[in-house]
Amino acid sequence: MREEILRISGVNPSKCMKCGKCTATCPAFEKMEYHPHQFVDMVKNNQISPLLESESLYCCMTCLACEERCPRGVKPQKLIEAVQVIKLRASGANRLKPQDVAERLDPSLPQQALMAAFRKYSR
Amino acid sequence: MQKIGVFVCWCGSNIAATVDVSQVAAAAKEEPGVVFASDYAYMCSEAGQLMIQNAIREKGLTGIVICSCSPRMHEATFRKAAQAAGLNPYMVEIANIREQCSWIHKNKEEGTKKAILLAKAAIAKVHLNEPLTAGETPVTKRALVIGGGIAGIQTALDIADAGFEVDIVEKSPTIGGKMAQLDKTFPTLDCSACILTPKMVDAAAHEKIRLFTYSEVEKVKGFVGNFTVDIRKKARSILEEKCTGCGVCTTKCPSRKTGNEFNEGLDNRTAIYIPFAQAIPNIPTIDREACIHFKTGKCGLCQKTCGVGAIDFDQQDEIITRNYGAIVAATGFQTISLERFDEFQYSKSPDVITSLELERLMNAAGPTKGELVKPSNREHPKDMVFIQCVGSRGESCREKSYCSKICCMYTAKHAMMIRDKYPDINVHVFYIDVRTPGKNFDEFYRRAVEDYGVDYRKGMVGKVMEQKDGRLLVQASDLLNGQQLLLQTDMVVLATAIEPDKSARNLATMLTASMDTNDFFTEAHPKLRPVESPTAGVFLSGTCQGPKDIPETVAQAGAAAAKVIGLLCRDKLLNNPQVAQAKERLCSGCSNCSKVCPYGAIDYEEREVLDHGVRETRRLAMVNEAVCQGCGACTVACPSGAMDLKGFTVKQIMAEVDAICR
Repeated sequence: MREEILRISGVNPSKCMKCGKCTATCPAFEKMEYHPHQFVDMVKNNQISPLLESESLYCCMTCLACEERCPRGVKPQKLIEAVQVIKLRASGANRLKPQDVAERLDPSLPQQALMAAFRKYSR
Repeated sequence: MQKIGVFVCWCGSNIAATVDVSQVAAAAKEEPGVVFASDYAYMCSEAGQLMIQNAIREKGLTGIVICSCSPRMHEATFRKAAQAAGLNPYMVEIANIREQCSWIHKNKEEGTKKAILLAKAAIAKVHLNEPLTAGETPVTKRALVIGGGIAGIQTALDIADAGFEVDIVEKSPTIGGKMAQLDKTFPTLDCSACILTPKMVDAAAHEKIRLFTYSEVEKVKGFVGNFTVDIRKKARSILEEKCTGCGVCTTKCPSRKTGNEFNEGLDNRTAIYIPFAQAIPNIPTIDREACIHFKTGKCGLCQKTCGVGAIDFDQQDEIITRNYGAIVAATGFQTISLERFDEFQYSKSPDVITSLELERLMNAAGPTKGELVKPSNREHPKDMVFIQCVGSRGESCREKSYCSKICCMYTAKHAMMIRDKYPDINVHVFYIDVRTPGKNFDEFYRRAVEDYGVDYRKGMVGKVMEQKDGRLLVQASDLLNGQQLLLQTDMVVLATAIEPDKSARNLATMLTASMDTNDFFTEAHPKLRPVESPTAGVFLSGTCQGPKDIPETVAQAGAAAAKVIGLLCRDKLLNNPQVAQAKERLCSGCSNCSKVCPYGAIDYEEREVLDHGVRETRRLAMVNEAVCQGCGACTVACPSGAMDLKGFTVKQIMAEVDAICR
């Protein structure tokens, strides 16, 4: 699974020098159980199951600040997204199902956000 | 027919582990002309060299092939050994079966096959080798040091103390360089100016040293032992021989809006200025960009004030041409531009400063007389954050890939000095790694933590935000306790990466000295020849070669001086006899070769030649053998095949190719 994540993301986690700038810059820090630098380290060390089960996967707002500021060009966001994709591709693992939308819908959200959410959280 | 000996080196297991050396020797023995072949554990050792010499004498060898490491490593060693046994040193060929074979192959069978091919190629070449004799050129016994910082000053002093003349060319109005800007030096905390300025005075007073300040190297011609250099002495608009350095002119100047370079732009200076009180020479310079007289034709207050009539608005740049035997590059460093590091707010907030700016803020001769205040409102700070590795160790285009090496130590120094002087200031340092190798260095860093209570946090700062109340908010991670920190702070100090001075690249082109991708000068050998450039006669001193602290810079400056002294001591230098030569019957005088020659070694002359019974005058290429470095560019450019490189003739190279393809 590790190889699959690396292939999808194109990330080489060995490039990380553990400076923590990604985590320092992450706006979703408070919501996350595992932080961007931990994603990188855990994928590198093949500790992927805890990541798959963690709500942290869905906390990432794809702001790309981690990717922008990482001095080594590691792209932690790409890695988080790849783990997300692995999870969603498993059968029946859709995060967002059409029948749930009605009850969770916030009328102030633009329609585009809904489309994006489907694209991101379901197969 | 040559009588060739082949010597195959094991290089311990370096070669023997991947190449069957005895098989290589056996295969070499089958080659035409080979009368002796053998292998040995260390050919470069005394016993190995003795084996070669004995074989030369006993078998009457006329050429030898050593299958060993790269010729860059030991070609000179083996040539010397051969010469001692009476063989012309240029009858020695190296087959590189280490770097180009054993080190890059894993399979022994493949490695052995390739080693045999390389040996055969070298044997084929030796068949066509001819004895070469090196000519001699005299040595100009004077050195040029480019850059007047601590590296240049120390190199010049050491060369001058050995009795040789030295010129220092410094582009700014004073010598002293970056070290003059520093407050204290680690790990002893002695005052930088107190240890530097006496050396500046020594350099200025030394009878063998001549200073060219506010000057730049404009053109370099020639070669080791015989450089001719044009120095542009920029117009100071001051008659140096008249000026007494009283400084009255600088106090009267009404143009006061130019950023003071010496104080890193933290205050302003006048248009006519002396960079700092201990500047050498103690003579002002008029900055023509800022001077009202040069801009509008009016003013001229300095001229009216000067009691000795030393102001000369009409002064012109002067070109001075001098000869040198050796050139030392000591062009130093600068801090990188922080334009693209918006997350730290450097361009937006005056309270985010570089470490070099902090040096000036803490210096008794600085813009605040040594009182540490926030640049924005001159108030005393309560909290300070230091960020390490800003622009160092990164991969993107805004960063440098290397470690700037000095930042960990100067940050510890700054943190310690602040806690010592102002115990009420909380100091936080964010680091990725603390790198403090060096004598008394780690102890120094631990003192900052243990005795001075500096708060070191493992983790980087993500961003710095300006707040309404004028303070700064720092968002950072603390990786050791898994927190994201939000710190209110008054000042942020960035340990900014250093890079070579921007003048270095242009200089390297003039010197034909090579540089790495970061524009640091390349050394001739990273371990064994660290203070020499690969270009003969060009030496390296200080941070132009790589990041260094002051003790290392001074050590390297001394080492470069020793190499220069070793060169200037000699009356004559042996030239490289492997130089280009034009066959007069083939040369059409087309000038292609001189156009590509990087050393300016090729001239043309009208000469009478006898070609197939016809006597006529032709324009022919002439190679100056003392200048030619044997690079071979001309042999490729020559359309008629008239240019050939002695020792690397077209015939020889084709013979090598044939041997490999046979």
